[in-house]
Amino acid sequence: MLFPSGQRSSAPPRVVITGAGIITAFGNGWKLNAAGFRQGRIALKPVTLFDVSRQRVKIAGEMSLPESLPETRLTAPQQKRLDRASRLLILAAHEAWKQSGWEPTDNLPVVLGTTSGGMALGEAFYRQAISAPHSHRSQPTRVVHYQAQSQALALADAFGFHGPLTLIANACASGANAIGHAWELVRSGAAQRVLTGGYDALCQLVFAGFDSLQALSPTQCRPFDARRDGLALGEGAAVLTLETLDSAQERCAEILAEIVGYGSALDTHHLTQPNPQGDAALAAMTAATQSAGLSPSQIDYINAHGTGTPMNDIAEANAINRWAGARAATLPVSSTKSSIGHLLGAAGAVETLICLMVLREQWLPPTSTLQEPDPACNFPVVQKPTGAEVEYALTNSFGFGGANASLILRRWS
Amino acid sequence: MSRIFVHGCGAVSPAGWGVGPMRKALEENAALPIKPLPRPGWTKPLNIRQVTPPSPRPDFMTHARLRRTSPISQHVVGAALEALGPDAQRVSKGELRLGIMLCVMSGCVNYSRRFYDEVLREPATASPLVFPETVFNAPASHIGALLGTPAMNYTMVGDPGTFLQGVALAAQWLSAGQVDACLVIGAEEADWLTSEAYYIFSRQVVLGDGAGALYLKKDIADGALAELRAITDCHLYLQNQNRTKAAARARSQLPGCQPDHLLADGLQGLPRLDGPEAAAWRDWNASRISPKRILGEGLMAASAWQCVAAVAALAEKKYAAANVSVVGCNQQAIGAHFAAT
Repeated sequence: MLFPSGQRSSAPPRVVITGAGIITAFGNGWKLNAAGFRQGRIALKPVTLFDVSRQRVKIAGEMSLPESLPETRLTAPQQKRLDRASRLLILAAHEAWKQSGWEPTDNLPVVLGTTSGGMALGEAFYRQAISAPHSHRSQPTRVVHYQAQSQALALADAFGFHGPLTLIANACASGANAIGHAWELVRSGAAQRVLTGGYDALCQLVFAGFDSLQALSPTQCRPFDARRDGLALGEGAAVLTLETLDSAQERCAEILAEIVGYGSALDTHHLTQPNPQGDAALAAMTAATQSAGLSPSQIDYINAHGTGTPMNDIAEANAINRWAGARAATLPVSSTKSSIGHLLGAAGAVETLICLMVLREQWLPPTSTLQEPDPACNFPVVQKPTGAEVEYALTNSFGFGGANASLILRRWS
Repeated sequence: MSRIFVHGCGAVSPAGWGVGPMRKALEENAALPIKPLPRPGWTKPLNIRQVTPPSPRPDFMTHARLRRTSPISQHVVGAALEALGPDAQRVSKGELRLGIMLCVMSGCVNYSRRFYDEVLREPATASPLVFPETVFNAPASHIGALLGTPAMNYTMVGDPGTFLQGVALAAQWLSAGQVDACLVIGAEEADWLTSEAYYIFSRQVVLGDGAGALYLKKDIADGALAELRAITDCHLYLQNQNRTKAAARARSQLPGCQPDHLLADGLQGLPRLDGPEAAAWRDWNASRISPKRILGEGLMAASAWQCVAAVAALAEKKYAAANVSVVGCNQQAIGAHFAAT
């Protein structure tokens, strides 16, 4: 039963990550992505998925999808119907699932973040509805498969499990909120294991939307740069398998890291603009450190939301400055959106996975395009790939509507 | 786990703004009139049961955030404020940490269609004012801003069963002490694009729009309208489980039929679509209400109306308990059980 659900009677269990999968414009899988971030490469390129000829900006972190999917339990017709977003999700999930060693079960909750689901199918539905109003050819499939629950159901079918599917659409914080919620499910005793993450595929409506807001950089996405002028969009997915420490240890699973803190807060300032002082971001980071029982001085690295828009970065810089205090002067911060773009509903999950790479491999990914750090940053913005000793990493995700979320991961050693 | 009580409910439906008009329409048990909804490129209109703008215009619609919003945000705020009642003031004063859980299936479809149409015509002039309203969580952001609450604020998407998942998640937040009270809102807005999407599957489906809201607190029975007793598992539609099997499993997790119990089901009066749910509840011979037959297929709003109708009936002491059955369109079957206080 969802309610009343199994609740812990003792201290909350520790929650560890035992599987991780990632797909971005750097490629499919941990190795390709770790290499890309570690070297500070930039994977942005001209968009080919839809017409951008009349847009101000014409580049994004578009992914070259593999021609075939890995073997799963999906039937051939099911595979054929998968849209781009579903494919991204299943590719990332496959890597995480294999690594975790999990077997299909009847009660595996899934918590995913997305902003658009299969929006490209919705766009195709609309184009046909306008251009051929009396033709319903292919339209039923588009209606069903553009919805986010279709991608989640495909995931369940692909790996043969049952369980509640929770789809969080908190704009660009969706992925972080999804992981945070999954963490809470395990901590509360409502679940022993949860599959979680975020995904989003590039689509015309969203690309044009950010362009209409003049939020896309017409030059180069340069988070925290004094002359930054906007963001770049990207696409991808990241999936994590979370479970209690006891569960992982009982089955001798390899533990990749521990999630120790989560905070979420709403910025009521404006639908698309953050409070300039970063009040809600500060609240989310504070809540995350409090739930982890940590102080900012114990955090060794921040993977910032760092979109590269003038307003986001100043608000986030102010929030980090206020939250970290004197610690800011030595706290390395970077935004990996400079390399792969802003993955919207997938961003929080992908950036959590980047923190996992940082903790596992002990290096810091750079803000690869940074030239002249904004003086508002009291903290060092990582400009070059570098080795580091990192015990705790924090990742921020902020979204339209004022959704703010922070997660803290701890190295497993 | 804590006990969870419903302390308020709100509704915006084709019957009007408020729980009262909705309850009246359900008691009269006559389907609301169907209105024509023009569909560009067709000579014949689609059919719809749509919320009519409130008269007089409520004060909240003059709030800076809500002047340009699409109907879904107005539906959300209308239902939310009714459910909160006087506690809205306490939230605004910071005396109550209010969690907000918005559940939608189609979401802000009016503005999404309008914006994408502008993009196809000329992206350079596509409106930057419209785009942000297309985002799923825009209505939840607006109600948070209107009330001035920075607390937990989630938007969940999925088929109509998601509303009951939202109620369960709110119960989790309350039990964990993350919030003092929580609003769970299910909402939709009508548009020819969504109507056509359903028309493709069934010529008889008549979409409706609006919102329903439940206001929850933990461990406070005084003044409560009803108590949340159970929410079943999510019974997904998967390769090895169709709607019929899923509906039966959800049914089996809820209490059996008692003479003083009520069933708020999701039947529309369309045998082909209703089949799995009708079969699952075939043995129910006590009272039953079917809001969709009267108000239309309101998707996420409809599952919220079912809960609101059940809770309102319990608050009037007409029944000792009520089951709510949601057999969603393409994700899951799920149910809930509420009891009178």
